[in-house]
Amino acid sequence: MRRQRRLLTGWGRTAPTAATVARPRTTEEVALLLREAGRREGTRRRGAIARGLGRSYGDAAQCAGGLVVDCADLAPGYRIDPESSTVTASSGTSLADLMEHLVEHGYFVPVTPGTRHVTVGGAISADIHGKNHHVDSSFGAHVRSLTLVTPDGAERRIGPDRDPDLFWATVGGMGMTGVITEATFGIIPVETAGVRVDTDRTPDLDSTLAVMSETDDHYHYTVCWIDLLARGRAMGRGVLTRAHHAQVTDLPPRRRRAPLRYTPRTVAGAPLRVPPRLLNTWSVRAFNTAYYARAPKRARGQIHELSSFFHPLDAVRDWNRMYGPHGLVQYQFVVPFGEEPTLRRIVARLASAGAPSFLAVLKRFGEGTPAPLSFPCPGWTLALDLPADLPGLARLLRSFDEQVLAAGGRLYLAKDSRAEPAVVHAMYPRLGEWRRVRQSVDPEGVLVSDLARRLEL
Amino acid sequence: MRNAVGAVDSVLLLGGRSEIGLAIVERLVRDGARKVVLAARGAEEPDRITASAERLRAAGAAEVRPLDFDAARPGTHADVIDAAAKLVGDLDIVIDAFGVLGEQTVFEADPVAAADAATATFTGHVSAGLAVAARLKEQGHGILVVLSSVAGVRVRRANFVYGAAKAGLDGFAQGLGDALHETGARVMIVRPGYVPTQMSAHVSAAPFPATAEQVADAVAAGLRTGSEIVWVPRKLRFVFAGLRLLPRAVWRRMPR
Ligand SMILES: Cc1cc2nc3c(=O)[nH]c(=O)nc-3n(C[C@H](O)[C@H](O)[C@H](O)COP(=O)(O)OP(=O)(O)OC[C@H]3O[C@@H](n4cnc5c(N)ncnc54)[C@H](O)[C@@H]3O)c2cc1C
Ligand SMILES: NC(=O)c1ccc[n+]([C@@H]2O[C@H](COP(=O)([O-])OP(=O)(O)OC[C@H]3O[C@@H](n4cnc5c(N)ncnc54)[C@H](OP(=O)(O)O)[C@@H]3O)[C@@H](O)[C@H]2O)c1
Repeated sequence: MRRQRRLLTGWGRTAPTAATVARPRTTEEVALLLREAGRREGTRRRGAIARGLGRSYGDAAQCAGGLVVDCADLAPGYRIDPESSTVTASSGTSLADLMEHLVEHGYFVPVTPGTRHVTVGGAISADIHGKNHHVDSSFGAHVRSLTLVTPDGAERRIGPDRDPDLFWATVGGMGMTGVITEATFGIIPVETAGVRVDTDRTPDLDSTLAVMSETDDHYHYTVCWIDLLARGRAMGRGVLTRAHHAQVTDLPPRRRRAPLRYTPRTVAGAPLRVPPRLLNTWSVRAFNTAYYARAPKRARGQIHELSSFFHPLDAVRDWNRMYGPHGLVQYQFVVPFGEEPTLRRIVARLASAGAPSFLAVLKRFGEGTPAPLSFPCPGWTLALDLPADLPGLARLLRSFDEQVLAAGGRLYLAKDSRAEPAVVHAMYPRLGEWRRVRQSVDPEGVLVSDLARRLEL
Repeated sequence: MRNAVGAVDSVLLLGGRSEIGLAIVERLVRDGARKVVLAARGAEEPDRITASAERLRAAGAAEVRPLDFDAARPGTHADVIDAAAKLVGDLDIVIDAFGVLGEQTVFEADPVAAADAATATFTGHVSAGLAVAARLKEQGHGILVVLSSVAGVRVRRANFVYGAAKAGLDGFAQGLGDALHETGARVMIVRPGYVPTQMSAHVSAAPFPATAEQVADAVAAGLRTGSEIVWVPRKLRFVFAGLRLLPRAVWRRMPR
């Protein structure tokens, strides 16, 4: 098994730490690694954590001084079972690879995040959500069973009906219950590799919220891009896109011959070196203004490719480098329905601060899963990116934390890189319940990530 | 753990009564650090570090722990670092703030006193710095902040014992930083000009002074952006780029 001491960061490229990275090929090798990490004593005891494709923004998939179990080489491959509409895949399989095969067989993943470059293990551990959360909930809701290697080296097959406590502690558990090696989850049938999209531009936050509240339920997928730099009457204006999977009859005649032809593309890569502060209030305002202006005011039934609708950012490889050498911070919170004033205050504050965020998305969540640390719950979620070296950023986000907490909302751990332990503990009142389950499979605390150390999970 | 915006949880201050060191720690505490170890001579004896500890508690530190540390006893340094890690766990930031300015005229008359000062200002940092580096490397993260000085950038006749020790320290810190490249641990060198503190009270102010709080602000900003060298005030970098070019005959006459 190859092992290498390496510096790791999340997608935000902040706070790098060094760990020994191992790439096991089998479940047995995973067990071996975890037992080995557990045998270390004293200050040499630095723990272990699983890593997928490192698309969490902060420090969830790194373990300073310890062992990082990179799941990429775990027996690749997948099996589709048409009978039960499920697929079984190794945890290191990326949704990108999976989609290439699934779509050509007429299936799609039950939930996809804004990038397809995440692994099945990462999708379960963060209990990821997509544009269909309001109808389909999060990834964990679709998992039928999974194989988990716990620190004692045991291999456990668990699911919602088999050791449900451990299963739900693993869903959204950020790798802290063990290393997932394989999972079986539901997939959905699709007729084509296209989506039928309705687009609407909204002039301000109130109309954005109103249109989303009234019409979300008519669509399988919805999301709204928000121009966080728009001020005054235009504050909170956005471009709302809502869609269904396209049927063959929706496609233009020449595409009907190969309706499942799936062609994800990476058109460019970001330059390796970008000057600091390239993304600032002015450049982002120019981008946002142009983006808003280019979007159709109202369009109905346009056919988009799956990849351009779900993963527009994946077209630019390593786009996170655009934030320059100091990296970026992603902030995502949810506040329950009825707490719109909190959402409005935060949007207004971002606009008045001139916070340069060009990837801000607003979405309505539906029902969550039973997982104690899962992020989504019914309400509004706003996700935004900001340069990590933005002056005053720490204070700005801390003031948002307080408002989100007071509104009964929470932050998304997979995106966090800067919150304080006490705040996060208060946001996740079921933390104690989760800790008890974790304690039962990892009594000595072998599993630990930088995120877990920082937030004292 | 250090977070994405440069805030940390634990700090070890070597030179637990240093005014500049305390200003930096206070700033880190205000930015979120909760656990502090103050390492100084006799710190574990009653009342020897109370004032420093009180100041940090008032700023919001949840835990302030004293630890004995003497720069002149290199044989104890590895144990001091171990003890600090036992007290607060991972050391997110270690600040090297001990040193002796002394008086050049006294040093010239008392070579032993000069050598002792050089030990506190330079060689003590070699043993302590290497022990810190080993610990941070094992942790896979952490920053060693070294208080160098513009006095070491080009050594002056008027304070060459101190200046030479700082020059040695600065070079050591640069090399150590390179040795730690890609290990997750880093070294940040701070080069203040004149800072009015108990150390410098007996000498007259030099041009471009800075307060201890300004040094702390500069360090905090450097932590956010991952700076390797921080000049305080910033313009000293350019001033010294020029001063380095002065002919020796002129430089020799530079006051203090
Ligand atoms: C551009 C972009 C857009 C995104 N959009 C969304 C979105 O719309 N919705 C959303 O929910 N998220 C979104 N994310 C976040 C992303 O989906 C999650 O962070 C996801 O967990 C990343 O998967 P990964 O394989 O890269 O995991 P990593 O980032 O490597 O790891 C994430 C966590 O999963 C754990 N983990 C990984 N593999 C395993 C395993 N085999 N066993 C046990 N634990 C494991 C790690 O320990 C870590 O705690 C986005 C991220 C990016 C970069
Ligand atoms: N002040 C300036 O103008 C200036 C400018 C540039 C750089 N600096 C540097 O910044 C650092 C902090 O300076 P400061 O202004 O804060 O001075 P300070 O308050 O005098 O702090 C220096 C500390 O060093 C400690 N020390 C001396 N000898 C020691 C030894 N043998 N073992 C352990 N500790 C010892 C002293 O501890 P005791 O309390 O036990 O004596 C004192 O607390 C120093 O390295 C200094 O050289 C200062």
